Amino acid sequence: MQPQADAGIVIIGAGEAGTRAALTLRERHYAGPITLIGTETHLPYERPPLSKAAQTALDHPAPAIIGGADALAGQDIDYRSGVTVTGIDRAAKTLGLQDGPPLPYAQLLLATGARPRTLSLPGATAESVLYLRTFGDALALRGQLAHGIRLVVIGGGFIGLEVAASALARGCTVTVVEMAPRILGRAVPAEIAARVATHHRAAGITIIEGIGLTAIEPRAQGSAVLLADGRALEADAVIAGIGAIPETALAEAAGLAIENGIRVDGRLATDDPAIFAAGDCCAFPHPVFGGRRLRLEAWRNAQDQGRHVAGSMLGDMAEFATVPWFWSDQHGDTLQIAGLPDEGDRTVVRDIAGMPFLFHLKAGRLVGASAFGPIGKVAKDIRLAEMLIQAGSSPDPAALADPTIKLKSLLQSRVAAA
Amino acid sequence: MAQWVNACGEDEIDEEDVIRFDHAGQSFAVYRLEDDKFCATSGFCTHENVHLADGLVMGRIIECPKHNGRFDIPTGKAKGAPACIDLQTFPVKIEDGRVFIDLG
Repeated sequence: MQPQADAGIVIIGAGEAGTRAALTLRERHYAGPITLIGTETHLPYERPPLSKAAQTALDHPAPAIIGGADALAGQDIDYRSGVTVTGIDRAAKTLGLQDGPPLPYAQLLLATGARPRTLSLPGATAESVLYLRTFGDALALRGQLAHGIRLVVIGGGFIGLEVAASALARGCTVTVVEMAPRILGRAVPAEIAARVATHHRAAGITIIEGIGLTAIEPRAQGSAVLLADGRALEADAVIAGIGAIPETALAEAAGLAIENGIRVDGRLATDDPAIFAAGDCCAFPHPVFGGRRLRLEAWRNAQDQGRHVAGSMLGDMAEFATVPWFWSDQHGDTLQIAGLPDEGDRTVVRDIAGMPFLFHLKAGRLVGASAFGPIGKVAKDIRLAEMLIQAGSSPDPAALADPTIKLKSLLQSRVAAA
Repeated sequence: MAQWVNACGEDEIDEEDVIRFDHAGQSFAVYRLEDDKFCATSGFCTHENVHLADGLVMGRIIECPKHNGRFDIPTGKAKGAPACIDLQTFPVKIEDGRVFIDLG
């Protein structure tokens, strides 16, 4: 093989983080070769609609291409779809591919994402249980959601609840089983989770919390999900959304540090100065939260980190410091969270026309905000709270609790005082 | 040809904020910027079907409430991923405390 003048940047993973990084490199006028490798065959697409619009749209859904159908075209980005990377040779700076010769790189970005955690339960097989990660998964689920069928959703997290809401809209009879004492576990405050559960139940979804599963049994038609209390939930289809596992195998085999994800520094660089990681697969220290190491499974984080890591690969020294922000749509309402509510030691509630809007404070400093309701009552204030968190502000709790005081004024007074 | 439509009262919009206005099957976002400058754009984000009136106005930028796509309000220009298609803008005039937008 001829030695190459510039092997350029190779990106493993064509999801949000990897694709945004590729597009950002060109926006930043990086002129070297960019190779974007994805295991799927579509153009890179947005995953958030998979549990929502892709399930409920009347027409057969198409993937929502990141940046539009022409985003990669004309950018001189070598997109290789349906390609599996088998290994990283850090000494030679090459990738092993399942098909074809080794691929050299000058810099490498690991944007390998995460895969669904699978059920380890008697009877839980690839045939009996659906999972949702890819567009192909979404089509498989959509194909099952016929009007009147019984769907059992295992796991009351974001994906499970979004799928439940979508299936209900399609006319399915839906039961959600959550093994933990309540739905939406760690990341969502109990008050908000309770409101979401009430909303789902009012819409007609059965939610079973705090009950373990013992097995999935085949039936003449469909299967039955057996619960620890002896109940059997008859199902025409079963889907599990019980968390995700970061795709770290390539990094681990290459000797890179793993710490609940590929360990990176504030710039999203690994211990190998030629290798970076971004998105769901990486664990990074967050400067706004005292360097706490986070691994986030969220669309906007993937997008922001993809953009940030592109800069790091071009030599930027800035730390990634964007405050986490997350949303989930359920039955037309939206759940939004800024920051890290679980960091807080005190919660202040603002009553916005009957909807509780929660502020989470740690030693007086705002570290999180959360709300569930119509997007018009949630989104603006969550965004403002995010800016207050980013600014490291310690707003007066009385002002936070007072719905007549605009959050924007708190932000402006802080800016004025600075 | 100009086709002025009475959208709302000046005082119905706070400074540095936005409201929704629907007319004849179309939806608009009507803004009040600093120094009482009023603007109007098409109502829905060009990235996904979300109304911009639920978004946050910062200076002359409107941010989509769901995905943080950003647009320059006076020009409608898309300013950041994931939004890449510009908003349509409409001329605005103020008469007797009312905000009119030109759909012509």
